[in-house]
Amino acid sequence: MALSPPDTFDAVSTVHPLLICEHCDTVHHRCPLAMGEVARCARCGAVLERCRGMRAGTMLAMLLTALVVFVQATLWPIVTLGLNGQHVHATLWNVVQIMWNDHSQVVAVLVAATLFVFPLIKILTLGWLLLYARNGRRAPGFRPLMVGLHHLGPWTMSEVFVLGALVSIVKAHLYFDVIPDPGIYAYGVLMLLITLFASIDLDRLWDETSDEDAGAAP
Amino acid sequence: MSALPRADELGLIGCHVCGQVCSLGSEDAEALACPRCGSAMHRRKPAVYARCWALLIAAFLMYIPANVLPIMRTASLGDIDDNTILSGVVELWVKGSPGLAVIVFCASIMVPMLKFLALGTLLISCQRGSNWARRQRAQLYRLVELIGYWSMLDVFVVALLTALVRFGYFSLVEPLPGVVFFGLTVVLTMFASMCFDPRLIWDGKEDSDD
Repeated sequence: MALSPPDTFDAVSTVHPLLICEHCDTVHHRCPLAMGEVARCARCGAVLERCRGMRAGTMLAMLLTALVVFVQATLWPIVTLGLNGQHVHATLWNVVQIMWNDHSQVVAVLVAATLFVFPLIKILTLGWLLLYARNGRRAPGFRPLMVGLHHLGPWTMSEVFVLGALVSIVKAHLYFDVIPDPGIYAYGVLMLLITLFASIDLDRLWDETSDEDAGAAP
Repeated sequence: MSALPRADELGLIGCHVCGQVCSLGSEDAEALACPRCGSAMHRRKPAVYARCWALLIAAFLMYIPANVLPIMRTASLGDIDDNTILSGVVELWVKGSPGLAVIVFCASIMVPMLKFLALGTLLISCQRGSNWARRQRAQLYRLVELIGYWSMLDVFVVALLTALVRFGYFSLVEPLPGVVFFGLTVVLTMFASMCFDPRLIWDGKEDSDD
């Protein structure tokens, strides 16, 4: 095989001593990082590695919170509008349905994908991986799931929706009575959790887990 | 700066999915898979210029109707009012809150324009192998990647208002074709910035000054 990790380093279980900056291709020697430290590329300034100040167990707990809040944000009505004693409220599902029926199928698909399907996949996948990573193990399907998570990248947009809901409320406030519903609060909490998660360097899971027990896992 | 070796010069290759470092054999670097995650490995992403230009031009073509066509119709007691992206910002500025108008202006007008200009500049300068302001261009690319998806804001606003304002004859909001074009613009520019390979910024001519 033409491709092999250099010298004697085992690609799977040992942390490689070299790091390559994905933004400029510069080769660095890996330095051990303390909690909360960030390694930046000397040439282009991009983040090479982050040491999160969080253990897998802590992250799993936060992820579970995120899942609960996400379900609430999706199922509960977001805002209620009132006009002349008439009230209308909308859930995320209503938004998708109404856009689909209103000749904007593209928008309906975008909303459903970026606010429901992709975030849900992300939360569940990450939860599954972390469940095993707590013990330094790799979950069944670790490889394809990690690659999938990488490609999911910026396609989850719940935090943008929170800002969008805020703008909608201000616009609607001019003509209607606006009553915030539980969904909007759930979204607020979800936004905070997403911000906390944004600083996590997922690539480290490759180094922190090993394949050994994966076969024995259920 | 020559003290910093590049993977390409050392015969190494980094996987851009999982970060694995591998040494290249004598064989062709293309069509190889990462031993750790199984993704295809590339010395540089394939056909960057063709793909990136195609997506960027397509996005720009979508951006014209997105701004010219109205994105939202407000009908109230037989009174019909069509809003474009810009008139929505103006309305928010005049009647609601100027602070929020600035945010919407940034997300819907400045960010897409910045993406067109930034990616266009990056593509042209890389094709010329320029060594001009490399570090700043690298930062520009990271900025584009970071803020790119916030443009979706206006699409979500129209979607949510449509779902909420359903009072029949008294008041009704409908989405208009502009919002579909705008959504497509955002998606296409996001794909364009993903296709770009920032490592190209550092290829070409050697640094002269720094």
